[in-house]
Amino acid sequence: MAVQPTGKITASAFDQIDPPDAELQLDCVHCGFCLPTCPTYLVLGNEMDSPRGRIYLIRAASEGKIGISDNFVRHMNLCLLCRACETACPSGVKFGFLMESARGQIERHYQYSAADRRFKHLILRTFTDPRRLRAVTGLLSFYQRSGLQKLVRASGTLRLFGRLGKMEALLPAIPDKRRRKDLPEVVPAKGEKRGRVGLLVGCVQRFFFADVNSATARVLSENGYDVVVPRDQGCCGSLLVHEGEREQAKALARRTIDVFERAHVDLVVVNAAGCGSVMKEYWELLHTEPAYAQRAETFSKKVRDVSQLLAQAPLNGRLRALKRVVTYHDACHLAHGQKVRQEPRTILKAIPGLQFVELRESDDCCGSAGIYNLLYPELARQFLDRKIERIKETGAEVVVSGNPGCSLQIEKGLKERGLNVRVVHPVELLDWSYHGTEG
Amino acid sequence: MDKERIARELIGIVGSDGVATDPGELRVYETDGLTIFKAMPDIVVLPRSAEQVAGVVKVCHRERIPFVARGAGTGLSGGALPVDGGILIGLNRMNRVLDIDYENQRAVVEPGLVNVWLTNALAPRGYYYSPDPASQTACSIGGNVAENSGGPRTPKYGVTTNHVLGLEVVLPDGDIVNFGGRTLDPLGYDLTGIFVGSEGTFGIATKVIVRIMRTPEAVKTLMGVFETIEDASNTVSEIVGQGIVPAAIEMMDNNSIQAVEKGVAAGYPLDAVAVLLVEVDGPKEEVEALVGPIIEVCKANHVREVRVAKDENERLLLWKGRKAAFAAMGQISPEYYVQDSVIPRTKLPPVMKLIGELSQKYGLRVANVFHAGDGNLHPLILYNSANEGELRKAEEMGAEIVKACVEMGGSLTGEHGIGLEKRDFMPLMFNDDDLEAMRKIKKVFDPDGLLNPGKIFPAAMRGGEVGPAGQREALDKVLRRA
Repeated sequence: MAVQPTGKITASAFDQIDPPDAELQLDCVHCGFCLPTCPTYLVLGNEMDSPRGRIYLIRAASEGKIGISDNFVRHMNLCLLCRACETACPSGVKFGFLMESARGQIERHYQYSAADRRFKHLILRTFTDPRRLRAVTGLLSFYQRSGLQKLVRASGTLRLFGRLGKMEALLPAIPDKRRRKDLPEVVPAKGEKRGRVGLLVGCVQRFFFADVNSATARVLSENGYDVVVPRDQGCCGSLLVHEGEREQAKALARRTIDVFERAHVDLVVVNAAGCGSVMKEYWELLHTEPAYAQRAETFSKKVRDVSQLLAQAPLNGRLRALKRVVTYHDACHLAHGQKVRQEPRTILKAIPGLQFVELRESDDCCGSAGIYNLLYPELARQFLDRKIERIKETGAEVVVSGNPGCSLQIEKGLKERGLNVRVVHPVELLDWSYHGTEG
Repeated sequence: MDKERIARELIGIVGSDGVATDPGELRVYETDGLTIFKAMPDIVVLPRSAEQVAGVVKVCHRERIPFVARGAGTGLSGGALPVDGGILIGLNRMNRVLDIDYENQRAVVEPGLVNVWLTNALAPRGYYYSPDPASQTACSIGGNVAENSGGPRTPKYGVTTNHVLGLEVVLPDGDIVNFGGRTLDPLGYDLTGIFVGSEGTFGIATKVIVRIMRTPEAVKTLMGVFETIEDASNTVSEIVGQGIVPAAIEMMDNNSIQAVEKGVAAGYPLDAVAVLLVEVDGPKEEVEALVGPIIEVCKANHVREVRVAKDENERLLLWKGRKAAFAAMGQISPEYYVQDSVIPRTKLPPVMKLIGELSQKYGLRVANVFHAGDGNLHPLILYNSANEGELRKAEEMGAEIVKACVEMGGSLTGEHGIGLEKRDFMPLMFNDDDLEAMRKIKKVFDPDGLLNPGKIFPAAMRGGEVGPAGQREALDKVLRRA
C-alpha cells in the first residue's frame, strides 16, 4: 500500500513477493542521462521505452497509479536488460534489479496469450535444463551432419514453423560428439599452484560451445589452477531471472550454491557473461531467504569471469604468435553487468602477433539479450545489423565475445552477410596461442 | 477536445507509432529534469520531420488545443510541461545532423539532436560545438535553443545564442519560416536572436544552423582544493582580475563532492570544503604560460592542493564529475530542487553564508555547484517529498535564495529559464511595463496563446490562476516578508 500526498490509500499493482524495491526506485532523479544510451529508446523513440520511462512506469505501478496493462507489459518486455543505463547513471540506479523484479510481477499477474506463453516456456525449459539440452543437441547434431539441414533450409519449410523457424537460423555448428564430451571432474594445475577453482560449464556454452569450456580448463590449468567441474551442477538460472521466472531461478540458484559449496573451491569461474552476472547477484535474488541470504552473499563474492582471473597476473607458459586481426565485442553482462571491460582486452593483448582493433560502440547490445532475439526478432535484427556494420569497419578476421548468447547472434549476422569472420571466446584464442594451433 | 478524433487525425500525420493516448503511458511525459512539477498531456505526438510538426501544429491551431514542444526532457524550470493539458510534441525522433560545412564552420542539425552528438560527429575532423551544458550527454540542441543554455565554457565562448546563426521554425499557426541564415550578421530583424531563449513560447524550431569551432590546440585543466568557500571565491575573482580568460571556472561544495565521488569517482578529495576546476585553452604556448600564474593565485589564496590533469583521461574524468553533479544527487537524496540564480561574482561568500543559514533554518541539506566564472549559482536543495511538508519547505527555501540573490544585484536565472518554476518571481526583476512589452512580443508570434501557455508571465498576467504544488503560497510568504 502506498500513501499519496492526498492521503488517499492506493493498492500497489504489485504483490509483496520481492516487488521492485521502493528505495531503489527513489535513486532515480529523472535527469535523463540514460536516454541516449538505451538501445530501445534510440530505435523506438518514445520515453516509455527508455530506462527513465520504465522506472517511472514501475514507480507508478508500485504506487497503484497504473495497473499491469498490455502497454505496461510491452514496455517492460521490450527492454533488453542490457543495463547500458546503469553504466550511464551517475546516481547508481540498479535498473537491472528493478526490471527483473518487475518482470517477476508480470509473470504472476499478467495473462499472456497461450501461444506466447507456450513459446517462451518451450525456450526457457530447453535452455535451462542440461538433460533436455543434451537430447536436443544430439538431434540437432544429426540434423546438421546428415545433410537434413541443407535440405530443409533449401526447401523453405522453415517458414511454416514461424518463430521456431527463426530459431533455426541461430544454430551454430554443433560440435561433434567427441568434443561435446564432458570435462573430467578435476583438471589439475600445471606448475606452481595458484588456487582451486570451480568451473560453471553453463547450458548453451556446454552444448553449443564445448570448446570454450575445455579451453577454459586448459588455460586455467596452464596458469596454476586446479579446475573442479562438479558433475551435479545445473543451470545457473540466468535466463529465468531475465524473464521474470524468479521462483524457478531461485531454486536453480540455491542448487548452484549447494553444488559449489560442496566442491570446496576458492573461487567460482564463469566463462559466460550472462551466467556470471546473475551469479554475482545471487545475493540480491536470495536476500529474502533466511537459509540462503548469507551463503548467497559469500558465494557471489567468489564468482569471477574467467578473464578477471587471467588478467590479474602475467600469464604462465609460452604463448605462440597468432597472426590475426582481432576485435572485441563487450557483452552487456560483462561491461555493464559486471563492469569487466579491461580484463578481456588485457589477455588478448598479451598474445604475441595478434593485432587488436577496437570496435566502435563495442558495448552496444548486439540484440541477443538472453532470448530477446527469439521473442522480438525484428527489433533484435536492428541491433545486430548495427553491430555487424561496426565489425565490418574493423577489418577483423576474428571477433571475440565473452558470452555465448552474443556469439550465437553475431555468428548468425556474419553468416547471413557471407562474411568470413570467426567468433570466439577470449580463452579460445589464448588456448590456440598456447598450443600453436587453431581449434 | 474530442481526444479520439484528434488522435486519429494525428496518426494520419505521424503514423500510429508516433501517437500516445493511454494515460498510463502519458504519465511518463508528466515531468522532466525538475520533478517538483508535474502536468500530464492529453496526447503525445512524436513527429519525424518539419512537415509533420507543421501538420500537428495546424491541427492544434484549428481546434484551439494548447500545445508544447519537448526535447530530451532534461529541462530544469518546468518549461516543457503541458500545464493546460493538450498536445505535447516530442522532438526526440528528429535527431540527425543534416549538414556539416567544415570550411565555413557551420552545421545544420535537427532540434532533437543530443548536444554532445554534434561534437562527437565533428571531433574526427578537429572541430566542436561550444555550448556544453552539464547535461550535454542527454539534452537536445532544440532545448538548448529554447532555454539559451550555457555551460562551463560560457565565460570565454558565450551561451547558445552566440552560436546559433539561423533557424527553421514552425509558427503557432503551422507556417514554416526561416530566421537568420548561414552568416554571422543576418539581414533585417535579428529574429534568430529573439527566438533563442524564448523558452518554447514563440514557435517550434525544426532546424538549427549553428557555428562550429576548431578544437583548440591545447587544453589544461586544474583542480584546486580549498578549505573555505571564501578562499575558492577569492581565487576566482583574482584569476579573472588578472585578465586571464579561462574557458571555464567551476566550483563544487562538499555535499556535491560526496554525491559525485559516490557516483562517478572523479577524484575530488572527500574532505575538501570546495573544489575549483579551472580550464584554459588555446595555442599551446599561451596555455602553458597561463598555468603558472593560475597556480600562483591559488597558492596566494591558501589552496591545499593543486592538480593539473596529466592526460586527457584525467581531464575528462574531472569534468565528468562536474557534469554529473546534478545527476548524481540520487546518491545522497531521493529528490532535489535546483535554483539557477546569478549573482555578481564578488557576492559569492555572503550568498554562500546565507544559503548555509537557510539550510539550518529549514533543516534541509543543500549541495552547491556553480559556474563561478559568471556567478551562476546552482544550489540543489535536497528533500524527500515522502516526509510531510518537506516539499513545501524546499520551495520556500528556494524562494528565499532567489529573492536574496536578486537583492544583491543578481538575477533569477542564468540558463535554466523562467518556465513554470520562476514565472511568479518575474516582478522581482521587471516592472509592469517591462512585462507588458514582453507579452506584446509573445502576442505577435502566438496571438491565440496556444503555444506553451502558463509560462514566463506572473500570476496577475495569467488571470490570477494559482500555480502548481502550492508554489504560489510559498512564494507569497517569502515575498510578503520583504
